[in-house]
Amino acid sequence: MIVAERKPMAEILEMVKDCSKVLVLACRGCVTVCSAGGEREAAALASLIRLGMKKQGKTIQVIEGSLVRQCDKEYIDAIDTWDGQYDAIVSTACGVGVNFIANLRKTTMVYPALNTTFFGGSAEQGIWTEQCAGCGNCVLHLTGGLCPVARCAKSLMNGPCGGSVGGRCEINKQTECIWQSIYDRLGSFGRGSQMETIAPIRDWSTAGHGGPRKTVRDDLTIS
Amino acid sequence: MSFEPKITLFSCHYASQQSCAEKGKELQQLGFPTTITLVRVPCTGKVQVTTLLQAFEDGADGVYVVGCPVESCHNVKGSVRAAKKVTAVKKALEELDVESGRIEMFHLPRGLHPEFVAAGVTMDKKIRTLGPSPFQS
Repeated sequence: MIVAERKPMAEILEMVKDCSKVLVLACRGCVTVCSAGGEREAAALASLIRLGMKKQGKTIQVIEGSLVRQCDKEYIDAIDTWDGQYDAIVSTACGVGVNFIANLRKTTMVYPALNTTFFGGSAEQGIWTEQCAGCGNCVLHLTGGLCPVARCAKSLMNGPCGGSVGGRCEINKQTECIWQSIYDRLGSFGRGSQMETIAPIRDWSTAGHGGPRKTVRDDLTIS
Repeated sequence: MSFEPKITLFSCHYASQQSCAEKGKELQQLGFPTTITLVRVPCTGKVQVTTLLQAFEDGADGVYVVGCPVESCHNVKGSVRAAKKVTAVKKALEELDVESGRIEMFHLPRGLHPEFVAAGVTMDKKIRTLGPSPFQS
């Protein structure tokens, strides 16, 4: 899922300082699962915006709504439900949702309530960890299913770097050295010799270094 | 003009049993502050962040939660969950540049005991010191 976390309240209050009514719009997709921007978090944010503005001696009307997702046109269209009831939308979706609203609602001001952080999973309740960098050229078949792009602090293709100690990363001792884990895991399958294959210099153009990426499935398009 | 705080207490069913004694009069007789409005909940684990924030929106100068002792919560983890919610609201208040001491968590045993009244007296005193809520317009 896409993992995110709420922006500092000072930043959000600055965004809405000139608004008299805002729509806090939750997303029932990834950010609900990572407890950053679902209906519950949107309700708390709405309350904090009201309190924060009240403390500044201002009044603001805050209404709450939610969409199934904010990354599909058909769901964005449902924003019509709240037409005329807000000066701006404060979206608790990931950055994709905010962009989609901006793309599709030409006259609607939309602000991000979250900082979108990474593609990850729930390691345990209340804890999410990065697992994938969306680099567009997956090497997991070579690394025992463990991603060196997202999970090595240096994104090394030919690790380990030599700085890890006891299987922990030299950049952050709380982080496992993923290359140590790759070595251990490949070894457990009798494939340790894969580590001896030198990965060539990587073409990062698939990782967004060539500009915004796009996927087209001709079998699915209708025009 | 003297300040009479408005304090909202969310207390679990078990920790606040004494509030029912003598039709609620016993608490008053024991010196429980009259500034406190008690909201009994089946388990403090059910109290949400939004519930606590709403109390401030409704005009509370201070809010506190009384749940079971950490090691002997009737619902195992209810009061621990409540404490985490209180901590989350403390952080949110700090973000709004408001004293985090306006909300507190207490873990108290069930039944008639002096600590329940003492916690109320502590909160009453603290909120009187902090003054009116900055959320009052």
